[in-house]
Amino acid sequence: MQQEVVLAMLAKEPSHGYELRARLGRALGPVAEGISEGQMYVTLTRLEKGGFVARCDAPAERSDRKVYCLTPTGQERVTEWMSDVTWPRPDLAEFHMKLIAAAQSALADPISIIDAQRRDLLRRLREVGRAVMEEQKDSDAALLLEGVVLRLQADLRWLQACESVWTKRRTRK
Amino acid sequence: MNGSPTVLVHARGLRKEYGSGEGLVRALDGVDLDVSRGEAVAVMGPSGCGKSTLLHLIGGLDRPDAGELTVAGQRVDEFSERALACLRRDEIGFVFQAFHLMDELTAQENVELPALLAGCSPGEARSRATVLLEEVDLADRARHLPSMLSGGQRQRVAIARALANDPEIVLADEPTGNLDSAAAFDVLRLLEGLHAKGLTLVIVTHDERIATTADRLISMRDGAFVDETQLTGGSRGQLGTFADWERLTLDRRRPS
Repeated sequence: MQQEVVLAMLAKEPSHGYELRARLGRALGPVAEGISEGQMYVTLTRLEKGGFVARCDAPAERSDRKVYCLTPTGQERVTEWMSDVTWPRPDLAEFHMKLIAAAQSALADPISIIDAQRRDLLRRLREVGRAVMEEQKDSDAALLLEGVVLRLQADLRWLQACESVWTKRRTRK
Repeated sequence: MNGSPTVLVHARGLRKEYGSGEGLVRALDGVDLDVSRGEAVAVMGPSGCGKSTLLHLIGGLDRPDAGELTVAGQRVDEFSERALACLRRDEIGFVFQAFHLMDELTAQENVELPALLAGCSPGEARSRATVLLEEVDLADRARHLPSMLSGGQRQRVAIARALANDPEIVLADEPTGNLDSAAAFDVLRLLEGLHAKGLTLVIVTHDERIATTADRLISMRDGAFVDETQLTGGSRGQLGTFADWERLTLDRRRPS
């Protein structure tokens, strides 16, 4: 996820940090738990420095809140971002190298590494799976969590492949 | 409830073989398992790993070649066929991948059948079935034949049937294997709800999503347990890591 997420939310209408955080919370559900309001303000300040957003006049009733709107540069950035097809990917290469290094150095057993990783992913899957059931069916948050579930399942399937290959290598020795 | 033992299933050194000589297959090779009352245990593994065989032994559908097996306080490994049939009827609820409903009976009749076979009066069986069909949210489909129901609905009838004699434990063999993801989700939610109410469950599945609804997950390979994951009581609050704000603000592709 990028700072463009914040820019994109501002494309709807000028808004302040508090409201943006609340909107993010509605869209992400429990996934938004790690994002604090403070982080939202830091991001907005950085975006302001970069010239992507600018302060605009606050509505009279809440003059104490800094209201931000998109600048033309910000608008352009959002459009670019929306047409970008980069797909965020988990770093499989690092784990893969961990297994190879473990086997070559004999510092650790690749199978135990895979087992430990699988237990961790299974616990995550449980947590996300439960979170999906708690969300309203077909809500924004449920849809996102469904994606997280499917990803974790794909990761677990890859671990299965890792286990099968590394088990064969071990018995061959 | 048989003195309510805390350990409902207690297995030691369970072994089961099929075939003989060259064709001998050791389906279960010395398995130890304890399942506590109210616990949900999932067993996962590739096909042929012995997970269904294990379920069949626990459920009294088959007998072990060696080892000790106690179910609901009874040593069942030396049970006669007749005694096993009583065990299956009174203590065990089965849910199968292919539903195994009686095609010529309505949903209601399918759910009534186990209670009738156990000697309940027709009136008792009927009112119990009505309650159970409500519980699986199919009260309005009671008079439908299985052929008029969707896969997910059939499996929910099968779950209601499994509960008909108020079993000590429900054994589910790939309960969502024949279902699309939406129907699987409903069945999952239902099993989860039953477990929350205290039902003891053993689920055999190759679907991690189903498996992780359990309290404990056992991985099997070649007839043996190879790993075990305790899923309850672990760390919580990792959901935030799926929207990592630190990464978000430090991302090199950020506008700057």
